[in-house]
Amino acid sequence: MSRAGFVLSLSLALALQLASAPARANEAAPLADDPVVEQRLLVIAEEVRCLVCQNESLAGSRADLAQDLRREIRSLIKQGKTDKEVMDFLVSRYGDYVRYRPPVKPSTWLLWGGPFVLLAAGLAALVLFVRRRRGTSAALSPEEQREAAALLGEKS
Amino acid sequence: MKRFLIPLALFMVLAVFLALGLNRNPSEVPSPLVGKPAPMFTLPRLDADPQAPAGTANASFSPKDMAGKVWLLNVWASWCVSCRVEHPVLVDFAKLNIAPLIGLDYKDQRADAKGWLAKFGDPYTLSVVDADGRVGIDYGVYGVPETYVIDKAGLIRFKQIGPVTNEILQTKILPLIKELQR
Amino acid sequence: MTPELGQLALILAFLVALIQGVLPIVGAHRGHAGWIALARPAAQTQFALILFSFACLMQAFVANDFSVAYVAGHSNSKLPTMYRASAVWGGHEGSLLLWVLMLSGWTLAVSLFSRQLPQAMVARVIGVLGLVSAGFLMFMLFTSDPFDRLLPAAADGQDLNPLLQDPGLVFHPPMLYMGYVGFSVAFAFAIAALLAGRLDAAWARWSRPWTTVAWVFLTLGIALGSYWAYYELGWGGWWFWDPVENASFTPWLVGTALIHSLAVTEKRGSFKNWTVLLAICAFSLSLLGTFLVRSGVLTSVHAFAADPKRGVFILLFLTVVIGGSLALFAWRAPKVSMGGAFGVVSRETLLLINNVLLMVAAASVLLGTLYPLLIDALGLGKLSVGPPYFNSVFMPLMLPLLFLIAVGPLARWKQADARDMAQRLRLAAVLAVIAGIGLPFLIGAWTPLVALGLLLAVWIFASTAFQIRERLKSGWPPRSFWGMHAAHFGIAVFVVGVTLVKGYEVEKDVRMAVGETVEIGGYTVKLLGVNQVPGPNYVAQRGDVELSKGGQVRAVLHPEKRNYFSSQMPMTETAIDSGFTRDLYVSLGEPLNAPGAAPVWSVRVYYKPFIVWIWGGCLFMALGGALAASDRRYRLKVKQQALQGAAA
Repeated sequence: MSRAGFVLSLSLALALQLASAPARANEAAPLADDPVVEQRLLVIAEEVRCLVCQNESLAGSRADLAQDLRREIRSLIKQGKTDKEVMDFLVSRYGDYVRYRPPVKPSTWLLWGGPFVLLAAGLAALVLFVRRRRGTSAALSPEEQREAAALLGEKS
Repeated sequence: MKRFLIPLALFMVLAVFLALGLNRNPSEVPSPLVGKPAPMFTLPRLDADPQAPAGTANASFSPKDMAGKVWLLNVWASWCVSCRVEHPVLVDFAKLNIAPLIGLDYKDQRADAKGWLAKFGDPYTLSVVDADGRVGIDYGVYGVPETYVIDKAGLIRFKQIGPVTNEILQTKILPLIKELQR
Repeated sequence: MTPELGQLALILAFLVALIQGVLPIVGAHRGHAGWIALARPAAQTQFALILFSFACLMQAFVANDFSVAYVAGHSNSKLPTMYRASAVWGGHEGSLLLWVLMLSGWTLAVSLFSRQLPQAMVARVIGVLGLVSAGFLMFMLFTSDPFDRLLPAAADGQDLNPLLQDPGLVFHPPMLYMGYVGFSVAFAFAIAALLAGRLDAAWARWSRPWTTVAWVFLTLGIALGSYWAYYELGWGGWWFWDPVENASFTPWLVGTALIHSLAVTEKRGSFKNWTVLLAICAFSLSLLGTFLVRSGVLTSVHAFAADPKRGVFILLFLTVVIGGSLALFAWRAPKVSMGGAFGVVSRETLLLINNVLLMVAAASVLLGTLYPLLIDALGLGKLSVGPPYFNSVFMPLMLPLLFLIAVGPLARWKQADARDMAQRLRLAAVLAVIAGIGLPFLIGAWTPLVALGLLLAVWIFASTAFQIRERLKSGWPPRSFWGMHAAHFGIAVFVVGVTLVKGYEVEKDVRMAVGETVEIGGYTVKLLGVNQVPGPNYVAQRGDVELSKGGQVRAVLHPEKRNYFSSQMPMTETAIDSGFTRDLYVSLGEPLNAPGAAPVWSVRVYYKPFIVWIWGGCLFMALGGALAASDRRYRLKVKQQALQGAAA
């Protein structure tokens, strides 16, 4: 390598070193090697279930498998995979169970559609109910009229 | 007036599902790999010399080596307590000589693994070392032990989560192997 | 000896509960005065017996009696006394005993504070409560006896789960159970009314204070649980949509709908069937929650040890209680009269919309919680339904509800004037929009979600303030008025907390050596050192962390990593500097230094703006409920004084 090349690569190495070092002398370094990757990992991991825990997300779990899976996801992110591709990676190995946001497919139509259907049904019932009540202080049914007459008759 | 029966009807439906739910295990994760090709890998063998240069004969194993045969892959580790429970069943299975049993030593130390096999018996045709668990992840392993039955075309046909008991061996695994070998 | 006495008391309580459950109801049906009169003394006897039994169990814990299996499984001689006492409800069997104690306590209260109600009604109410109690006691005696002996006795106990060794355990379950169990009173009133075939405004007036008080306890219980999770678990979350959390939230949602529905039934005699159905639903959901937590049907961090045999029993119990009450409802409800008419724009309609939204929300949470079970039972595979689902579904449902909170109190009964209401709300609307647009900039970046949250919160704040000011012009309003507005105000406070935390919280995961600092939320966090500190039943690594702003030291925090003797998992004790406008939250991760070298730790630091407003809002809601409930009793005393005056 030529002298210039050597100096250049040395400066480059030095520059990289400085770039990743903390700004102030005693400022703590981020735990993650790459905060950007870590940020993406966190977003994905919040949507993934820790399989060996009692209902915890992959983001918070300290279990061994969780750490291994986080390591895998980090490497996938570094390879440039999109969030969807990472999710597909996990689902193809562990099934839909691993997703905290259930996929939309025929078996989950009831789940995703349910609340809207219920809301629509509730509001429809509401409209009918209110309409019915609007004119209720009207006449008594013939049965009720007889009852009323009987009561009044007894009273007097 | 029948609309007043709706809440009761809804509840009865719910009660039925709750009753059915009592018989299920909510944390058992079925594998999506059943019916799909067994993921490819090349791992060093447990009995090989780790210092030997790459490419040395009989130093590593890959599912390709089992093409055309029906075989079992058993995920185990020396630190796994349940594995000790299933081990005698596997040792007996190996004596039957029906199909090769390949061990996947998961996240283990070579010395511990070898010692464990020496102590409790080695039913495996060979074991491979999955030191960092990467191959385990490819196979959807989430708890040890787990066992896979793989057919001649290299497709996973069955996955057992948890220890293989005699009952499971007799009722599920042996009949399946017999059928696949036809 | 004491455990045997406790056991005996429990058996006797079961027998008394059966008597209490059967005779008064039959007596009320037949007009048999003697049997009706049995209700009160039976309730009081049952309470005394269960209290005694509970005291026996507590004594066994405090005295370290490890010949009792339950004590051996959940306590330890080195466990501090406070936790030995609260460990009584730290496991399945003991928590059931707490449940029946609460139930008998509520029943006792009903027996004492119901002099002015018709005796037949009281008999039915106490009878229903007796039947429920009998069911639980039978469950305990046959499958979950806390007094089972362990022979030979253990030398020492297995210790209470370290996560539970916290003041949270002392308060959260009792508070929560007071709420769950309290809804049984509303349920009992509803069943009593259906049995009598009489559902009128008076019934609603009697049920209301009991229901409101139960709701207050449930609100506090849930808030406590959330706060406990926040400071205990170490990663700053306060709600996870975990199945057991949902099991407490769905009765709360239905309970909220119930107290609003009761208001309408009391004032206008309308919605009677709905109110009864809601009362049945609220308690049914409490019971369902009990089933879910103990049967192993769902995976949860909160679940007690799963035992399908117990699951079968509870399911049968559920079927009898809920199925029976819904069948009774289907039979009797058609005969109930309709009540007053009301216009399209009226308080009735608005409350109806309110209830529809709450019920749909409750149904959605229930659907999401039970869906994995549903799919599995149908053989369609395994599915997880987690926070992403619940957040997407729940939040949109809450938006119209939050909007309505300001509108409802303004609407008149029967017929409201929409134009007049719009006029009175104009200023609040303007302020809300300004807040939505402007406030986010003051705090951080502008995002649509933060803007929406703040808009709705200010909408509620402003309209509440204006309504109060207007109302004060005509004299001091009654407590129920203050109660309503305090509770609604609490919701707005809650919304501010959630919005700002979700919008602006910051988390930093750093590697800290002694002397190193990290900047967060304008504060400087510095690790001064980590030392080993012994505890009664653990050894801790205790950090000294200095918190400063602008060069001035504000606090020194002490996060810990504890290794309990009885557990292999290290426990994190977080350190939080709490404030009105922000929490600073420090949690020790793992030591990264080689053993013997200077400490270097992974540390997690959180800046959580306005997070205490979340639980502060809940406190205001509870205050509101308490004010509203105490309004009734005030009238009771006034009534009594009036009666005494008349008699004199």
